[in-house]
Amino acid sequence: MDKPLTQHIKKDGTWLSLKEYEAVGGYQALKKALTLEPKEVTTIVTDSGLKGRGGAGFPTGSKWATVPMGADAPAIKYFIANADEMEPGSFKDRLLLEGNPHQLIEGILIGAYAIQARFSYIFLRWAYHQAAKAITQCIQEAYEAGYLGTPIAGSDFQLNLSLHTSVGRYICGEETALLNALEGKRANPRSKPPYPTVHGLFGKPTIVNNVETLCNVPLILTNGADWFMKLSKTGEGGTKLYGASGRVKRPGLWELPLGTSLREILEEHAGGMKDGYQFKGVLPGGGSTDFLTEEHLDVPMDYKSVSAVGSRLGTGTIIVLDDKTCPVGMVRNLEQFFAQESCGWCTPCREGLPWTTKLLDGLEKGTGKMEDLDILTFQTHYMAPGNTFCALAPGAMEPLQSALKLFKTDFDRHIHEHKCPWE
Amino acid sequence: MEPEHILSDTETAAIREIYRHFPEKSAACIEGLKVIQQHHRWVSDQAVRELAEILDMSPAAIDSVATYYSLIFRRPVGRNVIFLCDSVSCWIMGYDQIAACVKKQLAISYGETTSDDRYTLLTIPCLGTCDHAPAMIINEDLHRDLTTENVAAILNTYG
Ligand SMILES: Cc1cc2nc3c(=O)[nH]c(=O)nc-3n(C[C@H](O)[C@H](O)[C@H](O)COP(=O)(O)O)c2cc1C
Ligand code: SF4
Ligand code: FES
Repeated sequence: MDKPLTQHIKKDGTWLSLKEYEAVGGYQALKKALTLEPKEVTTIVTDSGLKGRGGAGFPTGSKWATVPMGADAPAIKYFIANADEMEPGSFKDRLLLEGNPHQLIEGILIGAYAIQARFSYIFLRWAYHQAAKAITQCIQEAYEAGYLGTPIAGSDFQLNLSLHTSVGRYICGEETALLNALEGKRANPRSKPPYPTVHGLFGKPTIVNNVETLCNVPLILTNGADWFMKLSKTGEGGTKLYGASGRVKRPGLWELPLGTSLREILEEHAGGMKDGYQFKGVLPGGGSTDFLTEEHLDVPMDYKSVSAVGSRLGTGTIIVLDDKTCPVGMVRNLEQFFAQESCGWCTPCREGLPWTTKLLDGLEKGTGKMEDLDILTFQTHYMAPGNTFCALAPGAMEPLQSALKLFKTDFDRHIHEHKCPWE
Repeated sequence: MEPEHILSDTETAAIREIYRHFPEKSAACIEGLKVIQQHHRWVSDQAVRELAEILDMSPAAIDSVATYYSLIFRRPVGRNVIFLCDSVSCWIMGYDQIAACVKKQLAISYGETTSDDRYTLLTIPCLGTCDHAPAMIINEDLHRDLTTENVAAILNTYG
């Protein structure tokens, strides 16, 4: 099976040096891109069907195409790799960052060439210390080899790249909050429009892309849009890093064709449930996605299909709920996270999330009432998309609104039995 | 009386070097706080005032940034900072029991420091290693697949 994204990553936990990366064809895609017009590069990425792997699944080529180009465009533009990975239950970018930073750097270079950016950043969460070491060394190698900092041999394109290590808070992963963090400010999201592609870092056109998205870019340039499209089982291009955590036999991370079914991932790759545990449901793509259950096991894990059954592919890292874990407790844990990580800018989120958490806490402690469920349902509308400044609060409502429907009897039992039945 | 300066010349120089790379001095605020914390383990009021002077900002503006970020410490911390992941996959895999063990062994709760200054205990969101949950970071070291049996020995290796 083809694993183009991860095939060169070593098993011993070390990363590919520049020499090793070049030996497997590294930086050839960049050289190819430099022979094309910037717009041609964007077109290839558009044709490949690559969708953003950061969670929202926005088509990458279309995003690049909205950056102002040509003689009238601002002279300074920025290109940013989002390596904040703080979505609960997500652990996919870590592999690419620790295993092969040169692949990411090459992706950034190609993307920066496509939009004609001069400066770029990798925005990395603090907790990824091993990745910080790997990236720092690879950036240095790339400078020394003339891929960064000077016009690349045979072209007049040049790019500067720096690593920014974050100092915490989930909201920094939201792209406009990330820009404020990079500017040294509080990371409150910005209002959109204007979009960062036009008015981003320090007011200049800026692209923010997820790490996994960018690591696919060199592969697309080398092998072509058709090849990339054919890797997938669906109409969206590429492979995907899928993960599974929770009480499965073999928790882990696998590169599989986009559109692999939930059943195949859980049964074949994760080895099914641990002995003594029954499957109850999943969050298919991190903490801010809606629960899916048994009936959805044959859903192809691609953006369109998962949305069609009322959830989201998100980060593609699956969190498994088993029969010995309380679904109310699980949702309580998630809402506490979102309440804590809310930036506090807008009222529904700042006030609604702690309220939600308190109600779920009451249910767990046995003091919940039936009307609490109505208030929880009200919260899911109150924090629905469009009512808040950014997608944090609507994301926080996804596990809650689906749990209230799918695990209604479990919520009811907490109230009738005046305790958590799983205690 | 003027309070004693606490930022060394090296730190001040390091901060000046950072803002040279940005269109505006204030953009070095977070990086400046990081430099201070590296040298002092936390960021005191006096450090905030001195950073404000270097960056031509008000101390209040610096503090509003410092208090926003969870990994900038505005209170002293111990020699070793424990960050226990309390997010969803770790919770499913037994976070509660691990947390109870750690708290019992150190006789402190979250946000507290042991009286010998050896440990500070904090929580942290998902460490991105959920396939090896439960997990924690001590200082900069990641510890995964924690059990109620192995956690005590791990803590003891930090002096
Ligand atoms: C609260 C919040 C947190 C986010 N965290 C991340 C993150 O850690 N990494 C990431 O790539 N995208 C994250 N995103 C999505 C980004 O805003 C943005 O859509 C993404 O980086 C774009 O990259 P892509 O198009 O390549 O997916 C987050 C969004 C929200 C609302
Ligand atoms: S939804 Fe929450 S995180 Fe987003 S801007 Fe509003 S308060 Fe901040
Ligand atoms: S939930 Fe603890 S590492 Fe992801």
